[in-house]
Amino acid sequence: MTAMAIFRSRTWLSRSFSSLSSHPLRVCVVGSGPAGMYTAEKMLKAHQGAEVDIIDRLPTPFGLVRSGVAPDHPETKIVTNQFSRVAQNDRCSFFGNVTLGSSISLSELRNLYDVVVLAYGAESDRALGIPGEDLSGIYSAREFVWWYNGHPDCRNLSPDLKNTDTAVILGQGNVALDVARILLRPTEELATTDIACHALAALEQSSIRKVYLVGRRGPAQAACTAKELREILGTKKVQIHIKEEDLHKSPEDEEELKNSRIRKRVYELLSKAATTGPSLPSSGQRELHFVFFRKPDSFSESAEYPGHVSGVHLEKTVLKGVGSGKQIAVGSGQFEDIECGMVLKSVGYKSVPVPSLPFDHKNGVVPNAGGRVMSDTSGDPELIEQGLYVCGWLKRGPTGIIGTNLHCAEETVASISHDLEHGLIASPSTSTKPGREGLLQLLDDRNVRAVPFSGWEKIDCEERKLGSLKGKPRVKLGSWEDLLKVAV
Amino acid sequence: MLPSRLFRVGLGALRSLSQGRCRPVCKTVAIPRLYGHYLQSRVQSHQIELYEASIFQKHHHFCTGGSSGEPSDGAQEKQSISVTFVDKDGEEKQIKVPVGMSMLEAAHEHDIELEGACEGSLACSTCHVIVMDVDYYNKLEDPTDEENDMLDLAFGLTETSRLGCQVIASPELDGMRLAIPSATRNFAVDGYVPKPH
Repeated sequence: MTAMAIFRSRTWLSRSFSSLSSHPLRVCVVGSGPAGMYTAEKMLKAHQGAEVDIIDRLPTPFGLVRSGVAPDHPETKIVTNQFSRVAQNDRCSFFGNVTLGSSISLSELRNLYDVVVLAYGAESDRALGIPGEDLSGIYSAREFVWWYNGHPDCRNLSPDLKNTDTAVILGQGNVALDVARILLRPTEELATTDIACHALAALEQSSIRKVYLVGRRGPAQAACTAKELREILGTKKVQIHIKEEDLHKSPEDEEELKNSRIRKRVYELLSKAATTGPSLPSSGQRELHFVFFRKPDSFSESAEYPGHVSGVHLEKTVLKGVGSGKQIAVGSGQFEDIECGMVLKSVGYKSVPVPSLPFDHKNGVVPNAGGRVMSDTSGDPELIEQGLYVCGWLKRGPTGIIGTNLHCAEETVASISHDLEHGLIASPSTSTKPGREGLLQLLDDRNVRAVPFSGWEKIDCEERKLGSLKGKPRVKLGSWEDLLKVAV
Repeated sequence: MLPSRLFRVGLGALRSLSQGRCRPVCKTVAIPRLYGHYLQSRVQSHQIELYEASIFQKHHHFCTGGSSGEPSDGAQEKQSISVTFVDKDGEEKQIKVPVGMSMLEAAHEHDIELEGACEGSLACSTCHVIVMDVDYYNKLEDPTDEENDMLDLAFGLTETSRLGCQVIASPELDGMRLAIPSATRNFAVDGYVPKPH
């Protein structure tokens, strides 16, 4: 027994000494969505001596898995189990309610940590830049998605769904399809999801019966995936309208389809839906119209409700080859209008830079080489920002699925590992950066109340409890106040 | 709770088996192992309900393979197959996979680094594997539309790509080799030249 006790204390002593002598690699990941979480996971795995802190501006983790993935896609959210295991790792900490740029600056963060990985995504929207874009009734799809997903920043969006029967969605990607499905799907089916309660109530009273999905190009170039398309084509009580003449394929289209499995399968689904034609109308049926070869030219203002949108002026387009098999849509000079009381712009997200971060405004990303942040867009390998990396949408633009971030994170972590080996990052043994302690001290000095992962677990528990009373997987706490109240 | 109830039901079924009232037809592996720790509880309870129902209705579908107890009449041997995983670094690991188990679960039981973001619910493509021999690929049932929808999005898709959660161990797959796609390595699939992507 005594010998055992001595042995134990000796291993304890040697362990403490070894951890004292080898200062951990201090890593901070900004953003706890898929890009941030996969980066943290890969870092913890690749560097047994690394200590990874994840900060997020929200009190809740998981980024778009919580506020982007549609409420009727619970399977897609299962990945939060894996992300939770990452956050619960002994060498990992989560600090929510900490905003890069206001709670702490980028240069402060870089002074605290050996490695900083920015994975805060894209929290703004691409603008169309056409007349009338500021009229009320026009929203970005991102805001609308945040609203129905209970993101605290869009709780008060309150889109008016009662004064019109028609919504126009600009864009035909998966976000556009999600938004269309939420507008059209029978609300009794949405009631059992984790959709925000304010959104469900508004949708239950919605008078929207007709949704137009407008794309600049044709069915051969539609940006959605087959899964989402198959789903919306099969939505109950929704008539699908696709013009058969739009399905005509040019030799260039054929070439494009031949080279892309996903485009080919999407085209086939659209083509099948078009030839099947809309089912016979029945009561309470809603309509979904795919509108191809149209680009928005301007929005018209309602005479009845000044300041409110009353329609979209569309220009017909034709496709023009631009080499390497790609085709772009160009205006044909012919116009048409769709009357509507609501417009959702789903033409892409946009990343927002923070002060002192190099940013490529043209492409909306941080200039980088394999995830290493470059000082400018010149591509000069000498101009590396030491110890600063990017991952996810901030690195490659707002495209791809959750899994895309896995490979994105692998690449960024491989760059970090390479740079550590080659002395491009100060070795942890010589580094004196304080890491977590320094961060917490600084936040404390500024009265920033960081929400630890255990705080999120309290929110999670409360939300599930509220959900079980309503037959929902969870009822999301919708305001900053409620979230912070439960978290502490 | 459910598992212990299941256990009792299993015992009952076992007893009836040993009394020779029905012959085991070992098509599926025992559920407690197949749907072990890994799957979501929601999925799990649903599967167990199904399973219980199937026990009550057709006892002959019960089978003990895969779980620790009661090896019967030498069928145990045939009930697992050998599968080799080639990981991202090119390292090979040969494992035994009980018939009826998915490659995703088998990989996880053996600490093979195969992602499974949606835990086998066909909502992601992270468990993408490449069947390294086209003959084995051809032995598999064709992927469903739903699997193909996910494969559309798989990283480094090849002509012999499948989702690990949809490839279920069966005797004819004994000796199969599966590669886990990597951002930095390319795979040669025996008997097939994959198209560049």
